[in-house]
Amino acid sequence: MAKTAIRAHQLVKWFGEGDARTNAVKVASFEANFGEIFYLVGPSGSGKTTLLSMISGILKPDSGRVTIDGSDIWALNNDELADFRLNRIGFVFQDYHLFPRLTTLENVAIPLILKKHDWDEAMQEALKYLDIVGLKNRAQLPPFKLSGGEQQRVAIARAIVSQPDILIFDEPTASLDGDTGKKIMSFIKEEILNENRCVLVVTHDSRIFEYADKIMKMEDGAVTEIENNSDIK
Amino acid sequence: MKGILKIAFKLLVNDKGKFAALLMGITFAVFLMVMMTSIFSGVLRSASSVVINIGSKMWVMDPAVTTVANSIPMPDFVQDEVRSIDGVKFAVPLYSGAATLRLSNGIYQSVSILGLDDTSLLGHPELLEGNIADIFAENGFFAVKDSEINKLNNPHIGATFELNEHRGVIVGIAKVTANGLFGMPTLYTTYNRAIQYIPSARFTTSYVLVEPKSLEAVQHIKDEVKKMGYVAVTNEEFRDNISTYYKFKTGLGTNILIMTLISFIVGLSISGQTFYTFILENLDKFGALKAIGAKSRELVIMIVFQAGFTALTGYGLGVGLCTLMIGLAKIRLPNYASVVTFGNLGIAFIMVLIIAVFSSLIGVRKVLKIEPFDVFRG
Repeated sequence: MAKTAIRAHQLVKWFGEGDARTNAVKVASFEANFGEIFYLVGPSGSGKTTLLSMISGILKPDSGRVTIDGSDIWALNNDELADFRLNRIGFVFQDYHLFPRLTTLENVAIPLILKKHDWDEAMQEALKYLDIVGLKNRAQLPPFKLSGGEQQRVAIARAIVSQPDILIFDEPTASLDGDTGKKIMSFIKEEILNENRCVLVVTHDSRIFEYADKIMKMEDGAVTEIENNSDIK
Repeated sequence: MKGILKIAFKLLVNDKGKFAALLMGITFAVFLMVMMTSIFSGVLRSASSVVINIGSKMWVMDPAVTTVANSIPMPDFVQDEVRSIDGVKFAVPLYSGAATLRLSNGIYQSVSILGLDDTSLLGHPELLEGNIADIFAENGFFAVKDSEINKLNNPHIGATFELNEHRGVIVGIAKVTANGLFGMPTLYTTYNRAIQYIPSARFTTSYVLVEPKSLEAVQHIKDEVKKMGYVAVTNEEFRDNISTYYKFKTGLGTNILIMTLISFIVGLSISGQTFYTFILENLDKFGALKAIGAKSRELVIMIVFQAGFTALTGYGLGVGLCTLMIGLAKIRLPNYASVVTFGNLGIAFIMVLIIAVFSSLIGVRKVLKIEPFDVFRG
C-alpha cells in the first residue's frame, strides 16, 4: 500500500475583511501518496492556488491541518517552515521565476546555496541535474536565452536539485504549446516521479489530465470530486 | 552565507545598467561632497597658514582678533608682562603685516611680511637656500618658495627690491608647511627691521609668541593674560578660532554646507530611486526565493550587502576621482586651496552609509512585505 505523502484535513481559508471577506477555501480535505501525480484542477478563482499554498507551507490556513509525511507543518515556526520547504518541497512556478542575471546553472544551484553548500560543490551538483533535464550544454546561458520549454526544464531542475520528496507544479503547461506541455509532463512522469516522491500539479489544462494518477476538482473554494485517473479514462 | 552573498553580488553587478547608474549616482555625490569639504578645508588651512608655519605653542593677542591677518597691534609692555607670568618659559614678539614692494623691474607687488624676534628668530622657516644668520645681514629678507614666489620677479639670493624707500635684499629662500590664502608672496625678516621698514601705528607688536614651561601652565597663562585685557590661546585654539570665524561669520561655511547637503540629496535620490527600481524588478524573484526556503534575514543580508557594496565602491571611486581632480588642479594652479582630510573623508563616508542604509531600508521593506503566496498568485 502506498504511503501517504500529504494529508490535508478540513482546510479553510478566508481573505479580506467585512463585506469584502471571501471564503477562498471551504473545508478541503484530501490525501496524496508517494509515487503518484496528484492534480488540483478547477477554473480560475476556484481556490486551487490557495489550497496549494496552504499545503506547501506558504499560506497559513485559518483552520485545519496539513501533514507531510506525518509531520504537522503548521506547528513549525517561520524558520523551521522555511527549512522544511527548502528540504522537503520543490516548487516549479507558473512563470518559472528564474533570475535573468544569473546563469542557468546558478539558477539551478540556488536551493543548494540556500542549504549552505560550498559554491563549487553546488555548481557541480546543479550541473548533474541540468544534465538530467537535458540542458547541460545550456549551463552558462542566462535563462532568457532559452525557449519556454527549456526554461520550464530549468525550473524543474532547480526544484529537484535538493531532492525534495514533494514537488509542486503551478500551471506547468500554461505558457507552453500542447506538444511541449505533454513532453514536460511525460518527462515528469518518467524521469522525476519515483516511489519516494509525490508530485502535486495545479492546472486547468485538460490536455495533460492523462498524466495524473488522481485528480481533485475544485469549484468556488470547495472540493467537488476526487477521482483516480483510471476512473476518468 | 558566502554563497548567498555571491548570488547577491552577481544579481547586482550583472544588471550592468542599474549597477552603473547606482555607482555613478554615489560616485558623483561622494565626489561633490569630498570636493566641497576639501575646498573648505583648504581655505581654512590657508587662512591659518601663519599660525601653522610659525608654530608657536601659545599666542597672545587683542581679544578682537578674528583671523591671523587682521592683527591688532599691542603695546610693548604686553610682552614684558607676559614674560613675567609664572609658567612662561619665554615670550617674544611677532610682527605680521602687509606691504607693497617695488621690484627691480619697477613693478609693485603686495607681500605679507613676518617679523621674527631678533634674538630667538622663533618661528623661522626652513631654508632651502642661504644661511639662517644672513637674516641679520643688512636689509636681509627671506622669500618663501611657494606658489606665489614668481610674483617677486623670480627672486634669488642677492635680488633686491624697494620697501618704503628702504632697500631690501633676498638673503635666503625658505619653504613653509602651508600656503597663504590671499595669493601674496611672503617675506620673513627680523622684528625690528619689519617695524622700521613698514609704516605702522603707535603700537607694533602683532602677537606675542609664548612658550609655556609645561602643559599645566597653559591655563594659568591664559588667566593672567585675560587679567591684562588680552587673550592667550594655544596654537590649536587659534586655528579653531579662525575656522569658526570663516565657518560661521563669513557665509562661506553655510554655502559649503548647503552644497554638501545638495550633493548628499542628489546621491540619495539617484541611488535610492535606482536601488528601489532594482528591488522592484526582482521582487517576484525574492518572493520565489522565500517560497523555496530562503529566510527573511537571508534576503535582508543580500539586500544590505548589495546596497553596502554599491555604496562603498561608489565611495572609493568618488574619493579617487576627487583626489585625481585636486591633483590635476594643483598641477595647473599650485595655490589651489583644496585639502582632502580624514575629517572630509569621514563626513562623506557617514553620508554614504546613510545613503546605503536608506536604499537598503526601502528595499528591505518591500522584500519583507512580499509573501511567497503572492508569487503563486502572480
